[in-house]
Amino acid sequence: MNPLLPDNGIRLSRRRFVTGLAAGGAALAAGRLLAAPAEAVSTPELTGERFALRIGYQRVNFTGVERLATTINGSLPGPVLHWREGDRLRLRVTNQLAEDTSLHWHGIVLPAAMDGVPGMSFHGIKPGESFDYAFEVRQSGTYWYHSHSGFQEQTGHYGALVIHPRAPDPFACERDHVVMLSDWSDEDPAQVHAKLKKLSHYYNFGERTVGDLWCDIQAKGVAQTWRERAMWNRMRMSDSDISDVSGYTYTYLMNGQPPAVGWTGLFRPGERVRLRFINAAAMTYFDVRIPGLKMRVIAADGQPVEPVTVDDFRIGVAETYDVIVEPAGDTAYALFAQAIDRSGYALGTLTPDLGLKAALPTMDPRPVLSHADMGMGGGEHPGHAGAGAADAAADGGMDHSSMDHSTTNNATLDHAAMGHGAPAMGSGAAGYGSSTPVRHGATEYGPQVDARAEPSGYRLDDPGVGLRDHQSRYGRRVLTYADLRHRYGTPDPREPEREIQLHLTGNMARYMWSLDGIRFADAEPLLLRLGERLRITLVNDTMMHHPIHLHGMWSDLETGDGARIPRKHTVSVPPGARVSYLVTADAPGNWAYHCHLLYHMAGMMREVRVAAGDA
Amino acid sequence: MKATIGLLAALALLAPGQVRAHGDDDPRLGKVMLDQLEWREGTGSGDGALVWEGDAWLGHDLHKLWLKTEGERVEGVTEDAEVQLLYSRALAPFWDIQVGWRGDLQPTPNRNWLALGVRGLAPYWFDTDLALFADADGRTALRLKAEYELLFTQRLILSPDIEINLHGQDDRATATGSGLSDVELGLRLRYEIRREFAPYIGVVGWRKFGNSADFARRQGERSDDLELVAGVRLWF
Repeated sequence: MNPLLPDNGIRLSRRRFVTGLAAGGAALAAGRLLAAPAEAVSTPELTGERFALRIGYQRVNFTGVERLATTINGSLPGPVLHWREGDRLRLRVTNQLAEDTSLHWHGIVLPAAMDGVPGMSFHGIKPGESFDYAFEVRQSGTYWYHSHSGFQEQTGHYGALVIHPRAPDPFACERDHVVMLSDWSDEDPAQVHAKLKKLSHYYNFGERTVGDLWCDIQAKGVAQTWRERAMWNRMRMSDSDISDVSGYTYTYLMNGQPPAVGWTGLFRPGERVRLRFINAAAMTYFDVRIPGLKMRVIAADGQPVEPVTVDDFRIGVAETYDVIVEPAGDTAYALFAQAIDRSGYALGTLTPDLGLKAALPTMDPRPVLSHADMGMGGGEHPGHAGAGAADAAADGGMDHSSMDHSTTNNATLDHAAMGHGAPAMGSGAAGYGSSTPVRHGATEYGPQVDARAEPSGYRLDDPGVGLRDHQSRYGRRVLTYADLRHRYGTPDPREPEREIQLHLTGNMARYMWSLDGIRFADAEPLLLRLGERLRITLVNDTMMHHPIHLHGMWSDLETGDGARIPRKHTVSVPPGARVSYLVTADAPGNWAYHCHLLYHMAGMMREVRVAAGDA
Repeated sequence: MKATIGLLAALALLAPGQVRAHGDDDPRLGKVMLDQLEWREGTGSGDGALVWEGDAWLGHDLHKLWLKTEGERVEGVTEDAEVQLLYSRALAPFWDIQVGWRGDLQPTPNRNWLALGVRGLAPYWFDTDLALFADADGRTALRLKAEYELLFTQRLILSPDIEINLHGQDDRATATGSGLSDVELGLRLRYEIRREFAPYIGVVGWRKFGNSADFARRQGERSDDLELVAGVRLWF
């Protein structure tokens, strides 16, 4: 457990060996058995009001190859920090790296100077120096923390936050586990980024082949196959482009354990188990299920939602979901988090007994994008009823509603926001989304933008690519944004005073990412007036999901119920889709606002400035 | 209409100062690609040939310096060698405009050309390079290259390609005829052991036309051939 390695000139604070291989895992498991049969938690946990965190290098081995990770207090993920609502915290973060670092408290409402974004909230933490974070905790729930410097997050610089409420927790369970999902690569993240710039489909080993073409022709005929593929081919877009970075280089981790080992969460028979899922991946969306168990979702991004029971949920990068499960006392269950492109999975076991094994679930078929995912909504035919046309058609690349049938797509696109609330309220009112048409500004035209979507409405009730047939095929209910309702009612019931429409733009082939066609380095800050309530509408002009994170303030997601607008800190916008949320600009200062996919972030970012006076 | 707007906006972006290229999202990168490094065995003649075609670039997302080279060696003698040094600027989402120098080092006498081209990805995924060349003596040339990829599996890839050369004038010294000079069609089947390294086999057919064919025949050379090829494609 302690193979000391030659000093390579970098100050290594600790050289404990984090083992991910089966052999090491077996040893760990054996150790657990001997030491504490009731506990199988591997991530350290810290509690209190004062914390000392050291950012350092650490030798790790997840794949059979030794690599240097960036870790917090020598563990990957970093320790779970248990905070208490109302406490005034002091956190000293010491940089033992050879480069600058930082720590950002993701989803935490705090003063701008404590937000931990170099260049916006502070100057970063220089090698050998410390920074003292001090703030009062004004919320509770499940959150996380991570580096906001360079690509450090990819190499292990992240950890979970559990904030315990002051009042008794209505969802207190006898058993409570953090389930942190992440993606590990043996490659240097800068190399990953460079490869994507040189060959954007470098990591995509799920492209359409001649065999797929032959199957399509046999099933649908030449003419239909041609119609389905013509638009993709004309646009030079790939319907197999699901994730930029795949299991070709990634090993997917659950609480720092690769699938070969698997994380183990214990429970006692009869206990209800609260699982706090956190997606700390750099680039990977996960589709999570626990075969044999229904999951009752009680919180999204740390904030309480009206409980909804599901079989599957998709978790975007940086999102968190809290679920409660009620396992039978004599069964082991697989916690299965398959990557959205099905190139791999993170795996764990929920079990009352370390001797029990759960069957390994099979991955679902690799999804293919449909024309709906291209945002081919049209816009002349709003208000068609009837959901699911594109959903059913879209699955497995069988989308028949090509551009000459755009009304078919509209049915799905338009229906979402209206489908669950009071339709009479109409769009434009708080909670129901925007009534402003999608417009593309002049800056969206140029070599930096390869596509512009025309979504005519919302599709929040769309389970999303690869999940659309789970209900019909397996009877598995999939969580959608349309299911999210604030448990205690809309926190700020004001109507928005104005609206900002922002387009998520990029050029996949050149691997360039921007907002409204303008990358962060060239962009002016977004100005918000202190105290104002505004609507932000995001239009995803690209072919991939983007999880958009606003620092310092909540994103009140408009899911079709003005009385119960849920709060999020990270809003995932599916390909070709439109999403609206309301923001109360109650946090003065400079804040980061960006796509949380690590290799998109530097371009697809804005600084948000909140100040008194005219915005 | 949108394409026109896009083109105009793209042209506007070419104005200096509009495109800055510093910062983490746009690091300076370089890529070297040896698309073809192959041995060719003709069906008609006895001599095999070593043929290469490759390029390299250095720069940022929207502007780069390009180097292109291609040539052929037969029995240890370089019979054809061409180098291009180009400034490349993004013109549209899938297209770059490329301006610079082309030098024909072999055969002699050397020819130096001004090169102006567009390269990029045409609809339906055709990798395309179209270039116009002009030299100080008033010679002109036009070259079109296009390549397509068919995936049998994620790693076994069939790649047909075509190259067409036209010339404005006869150039007897280099045995080049005016009009359509030559056409080459290739079909290569590669296996990507890694993305960066793929051995391949294939077949190449070429034919000279018009005066180019006459010049070749007069020199006792073939004006067409069908060749088997084996080589590697590599990049980093």
